[in-house]
Amino acid sequence: MSLTLAMFETTRLVRLSGVDLAIIVFYFGLVLVIGFYLKRFAKTGEDFFLAGREMTAWVAGLAFVSANLGSLELLGWAGSAYQYGIMAAHWYWVGAIPAMVFLGIVMMPFYYISKTHSVPGYLKLRYGSEASGLSAITFAVMTILMSGVNMYAMAVVMKVVLGWDINFSIWVSSLTVGVYVAAGGLFSAIFNEVLQFFLIWFGALLIPILGMIETGGWSGMVARIHQNFPGQDFTHMWAPMGSFANNPMGINWIGIVFGLGAVQSMGYWTTDFLVVQRVLSAKDIRSAKMAPIIGSFFKMAVPLIVILPGLLGLAVLPMHLVPNAPNLAPGQHSYNEVLPLMLARYCGPGLLGLGITALVAGFMAGMAGNVSAFATVWTYDIYRPFLNKTAPDKHYVSMGRWCTLIGLIVSIGTAYLVMGFASIMDYVQALFGFFIAPLFGTVLLGMLWKRVTRWAGFLGLLAGTISSVTMFVLMQKVDPQKWVPIFARSPLAKGLAQDMYQSLWSCVTCVVVTVLVTLVTRPKPDEELVGLVYSLTPLAQEEHTSIWHRPIVWGVSALVLLVILQIIFW
Amino acid sequence: MSEKHHIIPVWFFVGVLLLVYGVMIFISGLAEWSHPPETVLAELHAPVWWGGLLIVLGGSYCAMFRPRAEKLNQ
Repeated sequence: MSLTLAMFETTRLVRLSGVDLAIIVFYFGLVLVIGFYLKRFAKTGEDFFLAGREMTAWVAGLAFVSANLGSLELLGWAGSAYQYGIMAAHWYWVGAIPAMVFLGIVMMPFYYISKTHSVPGYLKLRYGSEASGLSAITFAVMTILMSGVNMYAMAVVMKVVLGWDINFSIWVSSLTVGVYVAAGGLFSAIFNEVLQFFLIWFGALLIPILGMIETGGWSGMVARIHQNFPGQDFTHMWAPMGSFANNPMGINWIGIVFGLGAVQSMGYWTTDFLVVQRVLSAKDIRSAKMAPIIGSFFKMAVPLIVILPGLLGLAVLPMHLVPNAPNLAPGQHSYNEVLPLMLARYCGPGLLGLGITALVAGFMAGMAGNVSAFATVWTYDIYRPFLNKTAPDKHYVSMGRWCTLIGLIVSIGTAYLVMGFASIMDYVQALFGFFIAPLFGTVLLGMLWKRVTRWAGFLGLLAGTISSVTMFVLMQKVDPQKWVPIFARSPLAKGLAQDMYQSLWSCVTCVVVTVLVTLVTRPKPDEELVGLVYSLTPLAQEEHTSIWHRPIVWGVSALVLLVILQIIFW
Repeated sequence: MSEKHHIIPVWFFVGVLLLVYGVMIFISGLAEWSHPPETVLAELHAPVWWGGLLIVLGGSYCAMFRPRAEKLNQ
């Protein structure tokens, strides 16, 4: 979700009471206590970087879905729901659920059996240090830059919603996250993500409940939306997807199904190490397979607290929100303010504090996720293979702790850099998307086709990434009127639609180059690929497991439920 | 949750969080009963029943997942 510095105007939306502040302070205190408590358990590399690989499927699953449930995501997607209607739920349903199930059923066994610490670690085992190094360096740099960008964006939110000083927000939240992640490593990050999960649900769920009471249910809400915005369709997901001109995104069903569902979401949910690391902490292979599937059910429910408040905003807010702009007129509010506005509409003292704490917790959990993933990739995929191969385990744990703090300092530096040069923010957010789609092609081909060679993996990834950057520059900077209709297939395509097609073409480029290079280079011998490739890996059979404990059963159930939801909101 | 390290389950901390917040919000809701805030549907007294729900859930989690001395000392 692209959020610009201009997302909020400079007036305070809500005022906190004593009980609200007490709720926020208690949260900070609790996460620090948990961090210090967990420090004693994070002694070995596996403890610090993978939470000892002893999380249950439920804990890993909630952490997995929470890692993506950051505050900016919530605010941004609620704003998108106000702007585009229920179509925004595509990013939670077809743009997430199939990928999560695919990760659990198809890809997780390879990640888990190979005992890798990270996604670049898998690439090193499968291809070699070239593809792994490229992936690790880009991931490490982008993760830490993203952390800084999010830090600043959230500080701006806190300034506008609560009137807090930007420096105060940046330093207090960063220091708190730094202390508890450096102490407990992934243990702390995961514990905090589970807390955040409950906070977000209990902090935000009252909005749809009270909103539905106010509007008289779904049909009452739809009637009010039609009354407020005559002639516009905000409550159908697929009906307006027949052509680019029928919906405000300027996208058609091909872009959603293939660009979002088949490439971008697959790339994010199956190869972004920030989320995959949570599943790698599972205690056994069955838990590792179940974790993303459990997460998929919760992910399917998230539109209730994100998309529905946006739709309710269309129905009940007395003013019409406007696009984000640098200078909004007094009294105007942007799309991205819809969630705080709805919070302020229904929640008085106490409940308001809970909602704000949920946003703060989401922000801190996101930052913790970024720095813990950065520390792991730096230590295991850059420092150990390229700089210090033979140090004892204790040394790498120490390196991880220092990396956490250094990563936070770099993030803070990035936040202040963004403060001075606002346009950096949009570029950094775009950069992150460059690597995900081609990486999915590289990882998936490596898992499913044993013939793919070392250089094919590296060159395919490189070509996919370069093509993605090239398309972005051509569409955004060189000549949008010429290149957007070519790559995004319509001159009406907005930013999100352009992203979908950019992902699709970059993944196709990666696959084509990988296949071509594979055909002219020599493959690795089979014995080096055992545990890494589908045809050479003995996977655990589930005949003797009860039907209720089989990941495939729950995976299929999630997909069936997804189809039912699509039909209901067609 | 943790067999190797005998860590206090994360669910216990979730319970503590919900219980403390439930008490705070419930009391705050009672305190404003006769003078509800100027929010929409304030007459429903959402802080009272929402705080009560958090107390029940948080209390249940605390009771079910409370640290047991014999297990932590193993």
